Amino acid sequence: MLGAVLLGFLFSLFLVFAGSYFRGKLAVLSSLIPLSLFVYFLTFIPEISSGEVIYESYEWIPSFGVNLSFTLDGLALLFALMITGVGSLVFLYTSAYLKDHKYLDRFYGYLSLFMAAMLGLVLSDNLMSLFIFWELTSISSFYLIGFNNDKADSRKSALVALGITGIGGLLLLGGAVLLGDVVGTYRISEMLSMRDAITDSSNYLLILLLIFGAAFTKSAQFPFHFWLPGAMKAPTPVSTYLHSATMVKAGVYLLFRMTPVLNGGDIWHTVLIVVGAITMIYSAVHIIFRTDLKGILAYSTISALGILVFLIGIGTQAALIAAAVFIVVHALYKASLFLITGIIDHETGTRDVTQLAGLRKVLLPVAIAGFIAALISGGVPPTLGFVGKDLIYESTLHFKNNAVLLTIIAISTNVLLFYAGFVAGVKPFMGKLPKKFEKLHLPSPLMWVPPLIMTIAGLVFGLFPSLIETTFAKPIAMTQAIAFEDFHLKLWHGFNTILGLSAITLVLGVVLYFTLKPSHALENKIAKLDFIAPEVLLLKLSEGFAVFSKYWTNFFQTGYLRHYISIVVAFLILLLGYLIFSDFSLETDFSTLADLTIYEISILLMLLMGVLYTVFTKSRLAAVAALGVVGLSFSLLFLFYSAPDLAMTQFSVDTLTVILFVLVLYKLPKYLNFSNKWLRMKHGVLSVSFGVLITLLILRVLKEPKNTEISEFYAENAYKLAHGKNVVNVILVDFRGIDTMIEISVLIVAALGVFGLLKLRLKTRDKK
Amino acid sequence: MRTIILKSASSYLLPVLLLFSVFILLRGHYLPGGGFVGGLVAAIAFVLDAFSNGLDKTKGILKFHPGFFMPVGLMIAFLSGISPMLLAGLPLMTGIWADNPIPVIGAIGSPLFFDIGVYLVVIGASLTIIFTISESV
Repeated sequence: MLGAVLLGFLFSLFLVFAGSYFRGKLAVLSSLIPLSLFVYFLTFIPEISSGEVIYESYEWIPSFGVNLSFTLDGLALLFALMITGVGSLVFLYTSAYLKDHKYLDRFYGYLSLFMAAMLGLVLSDNLMSLFIFWELTSISSFYLIGFNNDKADSRKSALVALGITGIGGLLLLGGAVLLGDVVGTYRISEMLSMRDAITDSSNYLLILLLIFGAAFTKSAQFPFHFWLPGAMKAPTPVSTYLHSATMVKAGVYLLFRMTPVLNGGDIWHTVLIVVGAITMIYSAVHIIFRTDLKGILAYSTISALGILVFLIGIGTQAALIAAAVFIVVHALYKASLFLITGIIDHETGTRDVTQLAGLRKVLLPVAIAGFIAALISGGVPPTLGFVGKDLIYESTLHFKNNAVLLTIIAISTNVLLFYAGFVAGVKPFMGKLPKKFEKLHLPSPLMWVPPLIMTIAGLVFGLFPSLIETTFAKPIAMTQAIAFEDFHLKLWHGFNTILGLSAITLVLGVVLYFTLKPSHALENKIAKLDFIAPEVLLLKLSEGFAVFSKYWTNFFQTGYLRHYISIVVAFLILLLGYLIFSDFSLETDFSTLADLTIYEISILLMLLMGVLYTVFTKSRLAAVAALGVVGLSFSLLFLFYSAPDLAMTQFSVDTLTVILFVLVLYKLPKYLNFSNKWLRMKHGVLSVSFGVLITLLILRVLKEPKNTEISEFYAENAYKLAHGKNVVNVILVDFRGIDTMIEISVLIVAALGVFGLLKLRLKTRDKK
Repeated sequence: MRTIILKSASSYLLPVLLLFSVFILLRGHYLPGGGFVGGLVAAIAFVLDAFSNGLDKTKGILKFHPGFFMPVGLMIAFLSGISPMLLAGLPLMTGIWADNPIPVIGAIGSPLFFDIGVYLVVIGASLTIIFTISESV
């Protein structure tokens, strides 16, 4: 399985080097990657449907419990087949859709990167590797949404999507760490047996909140849903693959995976049902107000994701099976509808549903696919959509409380989804063909065969639901660790309430489709309410944050060295002052200190004179020279306190510093006053108080008991372990050699920084 | 600063100071000194030469940009750090020493090469900074 996950990564890496060969006719060959993976995962069906679970584990960072462990059970297999299956069709479709695009190879690279990450996500048995793959899907989605990088709104949408899903990733990491802390492992399969420990732990609510946050942002639940319509700026294959069939279901997948681990009663159910219900009805209503085909599909996707979260929230056997079946249903019809929209957009150049009509005359196979997709989406028998919808009603009807309310919400959503499916899949093909579209012709079969395949699959699965039952529904039910009764997926349940509800849905849907016409008037109406939309509110919040950061940065980053130093020193003064005066008594016993020698006194006098001269002289060069005196006096001081190494280094550094200063100042104009009296006073006060505080601090430190253990260790072992007698040097090059290594690297960075800053500035000046 | 005295002195001082810097580098393991101070002294030697004879002349002596000392030095330090892993299978930065010291130079071991790396990096970095600044103002 590791190879299966890595294949996509390797292919995208390969494209970096061999990309130019895959831009032209060979592009279609890329689809062999997902196709071979699809076949590979198909071979697991017999084992999985007989109830086996396949584990594979590779050590990665075992000391942190982070391993590449993979598990293939019913749930993972369903997603893996969806990822590779839809992936193969999308790869095929892309080769025609973006034919001769100059970055086609790059597109395939991102796409296969995404596929690999998504496969890794659904196969991971380790929460940490799941998190990493989760982030990788967000990143590849960012690149794909912003694929048309010359358009400003593409880039903006990509950033918004990355921001929202990135926050989700962070929440997932937090949840994973807390969860790992409670159970002591990151392996999901080991957590299954520890549900009670998790639900009883004091962090349970927090974990739940974090995991919910991750799932809701990724799966575009209210109020984080708005990144998904924005993500429709991506080329249609991306919308098909990432933003309807696979990636946005990662959140649903996570909830599914976590149901047996975290489902601890009312709070789990309530939150998921409420959020799911709000999302499904909120975005279903939004469909009415859209005229852009992709916008309609985006909102119906959000609504479908809401249904999935809602079903997982209900959490009964019927609901979970309904969710599993609905995932398949949705992937099949929504991916087809997106691909069909792509064809329409590609051929006519518009996605405005009010402009499109009669296309069946020129795009017949596409019209057929659209019609079947609409049937599946509307849940018309004998498609799989009908089976899925029945299961949804069955689970809402039998829920323990508010069954009527939940059923009504489910019915209304389904009616609106029916409408969405027909508007997107049927309406563009009906009616009279406008003149401007008469010359259209059918595109390459690479484009219209994929949606046809998917819709026909939806029809076949509907006629023979047992295909789904043994391969997915039952194995998935087993992963949920609930006591489940035997069940059978059926197309025909006989005359009962559920059939009645289905009939009501269909009738209402048809009525809605024929009475309500999508129009720009409706679109404008909803646009007036935008100011309270979560999108606008959240974006305003982020803009406010940007403004705040700008002020904050401008306040501190003035570009003047003296401001930086003043701020640092002032902060230290506050901190030290608080520390010293909150707990300070000057009880230093001066008699214990050694007497001053004549050398020390003379050095101190030299220091003092040097400092005073530096501060008060009018000449810059004299100030530099005086500063040199200060530095050299210090090296003398080091010498007296028996630190010859320090003295030598201080001596050389000071020499170089003075030379450097002279070099710069020598060329400056002579009489230029950079500071005024007030500024000098301010700096004087700062420096003097800093000096006083440091002196007090040193006196305070003298009271602390001395710890000589470390210096004794070095003195004893310098020769024994490191063959050296100069302890300072031995520490530098041997005991703490890695520190030195990093220090010289820093030195190089500083030198390169100076070089780059000055040389680059010269170059721009030369240009002028 | 073209003074005759400084000029004639510096032509003798450059080789002497450079030799002195190597001396400081090598004695570092037993007595005060080491790569860092040695490198600074060598840098001062070149800067002094640039002071009296002009920057271009000093660059002529060096033949290449002093910045090239930095990667070379870093590489030597790094290789000496991983040499115990490659040669003796010991952990990173373990000191390995030749059995017999060589006359004049003294004991040879991986820390010595590490110090040589530090020496070169310090020369390269200080000269790069000083030369760049003096060219720019």
